[in-house]
Amino acid sequence: MNTLSWSFLDILLVIALVLLAGAALRARSLRQSIILFIAFGLVTALVWARLRAPDVALAEAAIGAGLTGALLLTALRNRPSEESRLVSNNGMRWGGRWGNVAITVSVSLVALGIGWAVLYGMNDTQSGRLAGQVGSALELSGVSNPVTAVLLNFRAYDTLLELAVLLAALLGILSLGGGRATHCTVDPIATSLRGWLVPLLILTAGYQLWVGAHAPGGAFQAGALLAAAGVVQHLAGRAHAGLPVGAVLRVLMVSGIGIFMTMGLWTFLGGRGFLAYPQRWAGELILLIELFATLAIAVTLILCYLGSEPERRRITPAGSKP
Amino acid sequence: MIDTGVLYGLTGVALAAMGFRATLLEPEVIRKLLAINIMGVGIFLLMIATAYTGPDTAADPVLHALVLTGIVVAVSATALGLALERRRRDKDGS
Repeated sequence: MNTLSWSFLDILLVIALVLLAGAALRARSLRQSIILFIAFGLVTALVWARLRAPDVALAEAAIGAGLTGALLLTALRNRPSEESRLVSNNGMRWGGRWGNVAITVSVSLVALGIGWAVLYGMNDTQSGRLAGQVGSALELSGVSNPVTAVLLNFRAYDTLLELAVLLAALLGILSLGGGRATHCTVDPIATSLRGWLVPLLILTAGYQLWVGAHAPGGAFQAGALLAAAGVVQHLAGRAHAGLPVGAVLRVLMVSGIGIFMTMGLWTFLGGRGFLAYPQRWAGELILLIELFATLAIAVTLILCYLGSEPERRRITPAGSKP
Repeated sequence: MIDTGVLYGLTGVALAAMGFRATLLEPEVIRKLLAINIMGVGIFLLMIATAYTGPDTAADPVLHALVLTGIVVAVSATALGLALERRRRDKDGS
């Protein structure tokens, strides 16, 4: 691929990103906005692939475009139908027309300043980078995919705290309650899709989890794919979205943090320091942590989508209304 | 000729600015959340563009890991925002 065609592709991608974002923010109806946003997310995934960030591209396609879109569309469904077409104007507004102008001008000025810094500051690409340190320590980490090494070994604290953030958001959502009656009419297409899509998603999730050690993939991507399997189950009429109920579900919710803390304390008590794995076992320990992190992320994302814990399983056939 | 990383970095700044402006001005909560997400993508784009060092060298994995974390946190924050909005509407009875 020569440089000229790359830069043409770059310009197309950049224009598509800006136009889709602008259209999503200006579309007349909320539904249009959300669908344009999903398209924006998919173009974003292409951009990540273009910028040699395949791990991020996989996560963006599954989470940024897929799950966020599903969340927004579900939120829309619970509204009266006229409102989803016409954007309501009774929310908060800041100081009328002059407020708008003032905010637009000041945001533009800040953006110009940062843009100027990007234009003149990004040429200095090599100095002070952590990439070299990651590369030289990669052999010690137990995995050969540098992104997985950073997430689960070098910066495992960050991932532990991220799981804590996820759990906090989930607890917030569950404690808000709100009986959500999203028992939709079951779509026959979704029902027939479930038969082969759910096993395929679970299989792909397992593959992503395993392959994350040496190629793009890992716990986040696998968790997102498992969550997608749950969303498909729910769309096909299973109110519990394939989740277990009661105590098992709650254990799964905290399993990611649980295994992380157990490992941390175990290495700590062994005199190595918190989350400093013994080098011989590092690969296996990372896979074990990733397995539970995948389950926790998947369960959290499905519960975010459902908005509340599923009720106890009924003995009635799948898809029947309660 | 602008360098590839700089081109995407500037696009990221533009997206973040569009998203931030809409976050402040948009009256509708769902679209406000969408604007926050677009702002987030702009910031992620700036970070990934910074990590990009050319077609022949491997990109910086630390920034990639940060953005991965950011994507997952963004979706959980969006879900929490939507749950708060749903609760508000239930309470208002509208």
